[in-house]
Amino acid sequence: MSSQVIELAPGNSINVLALTKAFPHRGRPLLAIDGLSLQVKRGEFVCIVGASGSGKSTLLSILAGLDRPTNGRADVKGHVSLMFQEAALLPWLTAAGNVELALELRGVSRPNRTRIAHDLLRRVHLGGFESRRPHELSGGMRQRVALARALAQDADVLLMDEPFASLDAISRDLLHEELERIWAQSGLTVLFVTHNPREAVRLGDRVLVFASRPGRIAHEIQIDLQRPRTLDSPDIAVIARRITDHLKQEMRGDGS
Amino acid sequence: MAAELVLAAETSERVEFAAPKLRTWGGRMWAWLWPKLVAVALMLGTWQLVVLSGWRPDYVLPGPATVFGRLATDLSHADFYVGVGVTLRRALTGYLMAVAIGASVGIVVAQVKVVRRAVGSAILGLQSMPSIAWFPLAILLFQQSETAIASVVVLGAAPAIAAGLLNGVDHVQPLLIRVGRVMGARGPALYRHVILPAALPSFIGGLKQGWAFAWRSLMAGEIIVIVANSASIGQQLQFAKDLADAEQLLAIMVVIFVIGVVIDTLFGALDRAVRVRWGLIEAAEQ
Repeated sequence: MSSQVIELAPGNSINVLALTKAFPHRGRPLLAIDGLSLQVKRGEFVCIVGASGSGKSTLLSILAGLDRPTNGRADVKGHVSLMFQEAALLPWLTAAGNVELALELRGVSRPNRTRIAHDLLRRVHLGGFESRRPHELSGGMRQRVALARALAQDADVLLMDEPFASLDAISRDLLHEELERIWAQSGLTVLFVTHNPREAVRLGDRVLVFASRPGRIAHEIQIDLQRPRTLDSPDIAVIARRITDHLKQEMRGDGS
Repeated sequence: MAAELVLAAETSERVEFAAPKLRTWGGRMWAWLWPKLVAVALMLGTWQLVVLSGWRPDYVLPGPATVFGRLATDLSHADFYVGVGVTLRRALTGYLMAVAIGASVGIVVAQVKVVRRAVGSAILGLQSMPSIAWFPLAILLFQQSETAIASVVVLGAAPAIAAGLLNGVDHVQPLLIRVGRVMGARGPALYRHVILPAALPSFIGGLKQGWAFAWRSLMAGEIIVIVANSASIGQQLQFAKDLADAEQLLAIMVVIFVIGVVIDTLFGALDRAVRVRWGLIEAAEQ
């Protein structure tokens, strides 16, 4: 994305240095992120948990190139793709059409597009649903199409902004498994934002707890649990409890 | 005996299976048709009642039967088709020009901020202008000519079409634009793949409204602007009035009404098809 790639430490996919982002708010600048620094190694799966107002989504927008930092640096090595809480599929295109559009914009030739799109949809277990339109799919299936579309962008870094927050528990469980499998196979770097400490521990190699107003990293927890993990394992519950305590502390410490 | 019974059972089952299907198809057709039939019946009934009341003599206000009889006679004359042809050709060329101009203006206004401030409100202003009010000026500028009619048709329809497109572009979900940008679509590619398709339902609304304005302007134009050697429908209507030929006048009004309804129905179907495809409304179960 950025031309400053050379200065990235070798092996790092994401390098954020003293990043500050301010938005105008009632005529005054309001700090969303204040002096944030963060490194993510290539192939690492990092989760960010934090209350609302901790600048998580802002960070992802900046990393995806949709927004500019006020100060500091945010460099990403390679192509970036971003997934949102809503699937945000184009409603006039079929499931395959949505994936194919990502391929087309990447410059994949027409004959290859259909084949690759069908392969990707099979990878997210949506074989047979290629010609369905988004409104004919369930929330979980839509999010899978969005995942297939993100993969179609041939990204090196996948940014995910609470992608499973609006799904039911079972769909979310299945998508956790699929995401973990795809991540393990592809060597993607993933930066995953969530409200849910268990989800963060379930998925991440590392969990960053963000403090709010302005957003910055309050705690960092390395997760060394064996993969594949299950959401309801006691080990995950213990670590998630610790993270929840941190979050509560942050919220109380904020004076609210 | 037993075999017959089995056969009978099979047949009746088959009938049972087939019947609901038939009912739903026929039922849907009927559900679509009956309000229209009732509307037509109500209209004809009211008309007939007014005639029967003796409010006006027959030669000024003939009943439906007389008028439809006259219409049948008209339908067997070549003049009638020539007239319909002239009118439809004008409608089509005027409308297509309006679409081309309206869509181009809409795109430019949507894209260029400076133009938008100035022209955006001008478009709304133009829309509020009754198109018939343009005719005196059009006649001064272009005399009694095809151009006078076409220019007013375009002025009537183009603003609605531009406004429809503009409205559609303005109300594209910001999230879809973000997705498009994440996928690497910038500038024209973003327009082609995300913004314009997202704006299509609203644009079709504008096209529909534009047609309604074009048709009204055209009828006004054909009555006001008399172009030599072109017995258009509107002109025939005007002649019928001048000759106090009430039967012919009403017969032509029926034709104008039918053309309007048919084209509105086509636009309605297009609008519906797009909305179903875009997931904005549920498709009727197949």
